[in-house]
Amino acid sequence: MPDIVVKTEDVVKEYRMGSNVLRALDGINIEIERGEYISLMGPSGSGKSTLFNMIGALDRPTEGQVYIDGQNMSNLSQRQIAAFRCHRVGYIFQSYNLLNVRTAHGNVTLPMIFAGIPDKQRNEKAEKLLDKVGLGDRMYHLPDELSGGQRQRVAIARALANDPSIILADEPTANLDTITGREIIDLIKQLNIEQGVTVISATHDLKMLDVSDRIVDIRDGLVERIRNRDEIEIEIGEVGGHE
Amino acid sequence: MHQHTRIEEQIDLPFLESLRISFQSLKIRFGRSIITTAGITLGIAFLVSVWTNNEIDLALQESGRSSTIANLEETSEQGISTKDIWLIIMSLIVCVVGIANSMLMAVTERFREIGTMKCLGALDGFVVRLFLLESGFQGFAGALIGALIGTLGAVALGLKNYGLDLFFYFPLLPATPEDAPMRIGVLLLILFGCILGMLLAVIGSSFPAWRAAKLPPAEAMRTEV
Ligand SMILES: Nc1ncnc2c1ncn2[C@@H]1O[C@H](COP(=O)(O)OP(=O)(O)OP(=O)(O)O)[C@@H](O)[C@H]1O
Ligand SMILES: [Mg+2]
Repeated sequence: MPDIVVKTEDVVKEYRMGSNVLRALDGINIEIERGEYISLMGPSGSGKSTLFNMIGALDRPTEGQVYIDGQNMSNLSQRQIAAFRCHRVGYIFQSYNLLNVRTAHGNVTLPMIFAGIPDKQRNEKAEKLLDKVGLGDRMYHLPDELSGGQRQRVAIARALANDPSIILADEPTANLDTITGREIIDLIKQLNIEQGVTVISATHDLKMLDVSDRIVDIRDGLVERIRNRDEIEIEIGEVGGHE
Repeated sequence: MHQHTRIEEQIDLPFLESLRISFQSLKIRFGRSIITTAGITLGIAFLVSVWTNNEIDLALQESGRSSTIANLEETSEQGISTKDIWLIIMSLIVCVVGIANSMLMAVTERFREIGTMKCLGALDGFVVRLFLLESGFQGFAGALIGALIGTLGAVALGLKNYGLDLFFYFPLLPATPEDAPMRIGVLLLILFGCILGMLLAVIGSSFPAWRAAKLPPAEAMRTEV
């Protein structure tokens, strides 16, 4: 039996602006297995980030349910949701979202502070993680003193701080050049393989295709189709041919 | 890894940890912190100088040394005149609005930071506490400096008007009779200024911080300033 980490049931999200209602998600049903690398693709405005927010408990659906590890997220208390964000999920954003007042090291320790991990232990772990993402010599720099790619590496290290079972990434390469983007994708893929962490990434980036196990195409707030790895490989051939 | 385990409850941070985080934040954002603090300093300095100035005038008028002063009013009530009470109330309003405004700005430009901290597992209460601590420090420091500047300003003006006589009749303590309206003396006034500044800063920042902390992180992080 497949081990389902994330399951959405008829998830609807509506945004109200005055008297207008915008239906950003129109009944999304997906199941994601543990250890998968999933890419959410679709044109701008199709609802990828909105779905990302629903899965990551960063916002509540208007209708429908999200289950993580079999838990219905709408039944959780405030404290449980905070603990969920702290322990279960690592978030990576397009614009990095580092805290500018904290060094790279300070950013990585913060989720561990929230988790109540003692001083010494969390400092060592932050060093280890920053080493792992290739920032061993930049640990005590502020985000302002780092390049985009380096900032995204800090964000990845921070996302890993509490050993999450899911990494959620919203267009992690959109602000990066091709080569840096490639490096970031490879790093995330490496974590996916080595640590078995489930990766769910919203993206426009075709470089993501060949690391994904499945691709969920979103259009107008609906799942248009789901492609498997073997179908993807054929298309990568085509994409490559055009270049 | 966490396989199908129950989702635990998030813990509260020890107070010292919050204190440390708030200090770091103030230190690194020093330039910006100074500007916010300056807003508080100005408001309190204005209020304290207007008020102290009035008390000095009254004290010196009573002493009979002030016959040379222009704009001398009939102050039969032995208290601050209605016109001056208005002036003080106006300066109080300027002070409240000014501080509320600088705190609101300081919180608003940190909505994304608030949303991000919530993504990392911060409880709403922690976010509010962080802003409470930061604004408490800023409020106290800013107000203390402001109260001292305001007093010095009023003393300088008093020296110009009354010369060294000022120091013989300086209204350091509350005026007698004790019911003389609003003549609380300079010492109490400084204390009042400090408490007021700190209170306004704390209220002015924790209210918007509380509202931001209640927002779902997705919304807080969307906010661009
Ligand atoms: N907070 C909000 N308030 C109002 N409308 C919103 C809000 N967030 C998203 N939307 C709208 O919902 C729709 C889906 O937006 P979403 O950000 O999910 O798209 P996306 O697929 O992530 O696009 P992109 O590729 O440009 O990031 C869009 O039409 C957007 O304008
Ligand atoms: Mg998006």
